Amino acid sequence: MFDFLEGYDVLGAFWMTVKLTVLSALGSLVWGTLLAGMRVSPVPLMRGFGTAYVNFVRNIPLTVIIVFTSLGLADIFGMTMGAADDFDTLSFRLAVLGLAAYTAAFVCEAIRSGINTVPVGQAEAARAIGLSFRQILSLIILPQAFRSVIGPLANVLIALTKNTTVAAAIGVAEAATLMKEMIENEAQTLAIGAVFALGFVVLTLPTGLILGWLSKRLAVKR
Amino acid sequence: MSSILYDTPGPRAKRRNVVFSVIFFVLLALFLWWIWQTMDEKGQLRWALWKPFTESQAWTTYLLPGLANTLKAAALAMVIALPLGAFFGISRLSDHRWVRGPAGVVVEFFRAIPVLLLMLFANEFYDRYTNVSSEQRPLYAVVTGLVLYNASVLAEIVRAGILSLPKGQSEAAMAVGLRKGQTMTNVLLPQAVTAMLPAIVSQLVVIVKDTALGGVMIGFTELLNTRGTLAANYANVVQSFVVVAVIYIVLNFILTSFASWLEGRLRRSKKSTGAVLSAEDMEELNPAATGGTYGTGAGGGI
Repeated sequence: MFDFLEGYDVLGAFWMTVKLTVLSALGSLVWGTLLAGMRVSPVPLMRGFGTAYVNFVRNIPLTVIIVFTSLGLADIFGMTMGAADDFDTLSFRLAVLGLAAYTAAFVCEAIRSGINTVPVGQAEAARAIGLSFRQILSLIILPQAFRSVIGPLANVLIALTKNTTVAAAIGVAEAATLMKEMIENEAQTLAIGAVFALGFVVLTLPTGLILGWLSKRLAVKR
Repeated sequence: MSSILYDTPGPRAKRRNVVFSVIFFVLLALFLWWIWQTMDEKGQLRWALWKPFTESQAWTTYLLPGLANTLKAAALAMVIALPLGAFFGISRLSDHRWVRGPAGVVVEFFRAIPVLLLMLFANEFYDRYTNVSSEQRPLYAVVTGLVLYNASVLAEIVRAGILSLPKGQSEAAMAVGLRKGQTMTNVLLPQAVTAMLPAIVSQLVVIVKDTALGGVMIGFTELLNTRGTLAANYANVVQSFVVVAVIYIVLNFILTSFASWLEGRLRRSKKSTGAVLSAEDMEELNPAATGGTYGTGAGGGI
């Protein structure tokens, strides 16, 4: 029944999806944490920049961002991302760039909501014993905030996994690209749909369950 | 003070903040200058490339029809997904396992799958098994994909909305002898709808953004798609992206502001129970409060 799968590298396509997810997750975690730091900092200019970034990027469709990295950054501005002649690698890196830039806005908001869950008294006590802003943030607030945002971050990660399909728009050979190709060439539309649907359930379900369990375990009980 | 993290700055903190401001300003200015330089170098600042957007033709031929299609698909998807979502949301709260179970499976399944796959599948499905004309097919496929995904997200919103009501509401309804159906339609739903409104409006932003997928992948002539035609005509790729991005930002900003205005208004109003769901609440509510399976999807906003 599933012999139409022969001749297609389904596992390879999903492996590409996983690579896209992991790399953009790391990128967006770093950039998103920096943005969150800016958004709660005492310097108005930094706060303004963080707010502007989040509000602009969140409201632009990811598809627009990803297509722009290819047609704008690569074609017009000649951005090579260290892969000048290798088109596949270039598209992959551009997709990671776009996904990370987009997802960072959501990571930032998740972390900021985590910071807001830390009771005011904690920061007051920290200030009372003379800690500086940086010390308060890195020693008192962020460790607690991170533990309470595992849940929201898990949601962002799952959304990111699904969002990697948008990379199909610039020709990255991941799951959605292969599904489009297969569904056009093969007769078994339903079976192909089922295979790829199952693939994404397999990718997202354990992420949700494991991180959900972790977030319940690690959340600071108040 | 808006933040819990720092006091109102004293003289030393003020000086330090000024130093940080200056450093950040210089870095930001350098970055912007670098972008400006690069654009100038590649000839992207020439007025000829920006000029089309000051004339009506670029708008009436490309951008506005594209925007109209974007809005049409989003509106259709919302209107169809809402009742469907309400149905599945209420089914998930049913007392009967055989109703609750299947509804839960359907909702969790469609939340786990990327919208793009649903659109691709729908597009091919309509092509093979129905006689939808090839001009209409992309719209149908986009709306189908959006409906399947967003109905399941809306189902979670409805469920969270009903669960956010105080327990006393249904207890009181039971005490005066209402049946389960009556409790739902006369007592719980009307209150839940007001609680859910902000979250529903925020979901519209997600729908508007997702229409862009149809433009690239299945040739639906929405805003991002017509941008391509426009750029091919005037050879202004970067400029068209800037303008289209601004349109999306303005459109979604209006929706977001409306949602938060609505939220504030509902929270203040004395008539409701005070339970209001915003997009952010959804993220927190989804897994924990609603006792779900730690969602296979992002609750609100991505």
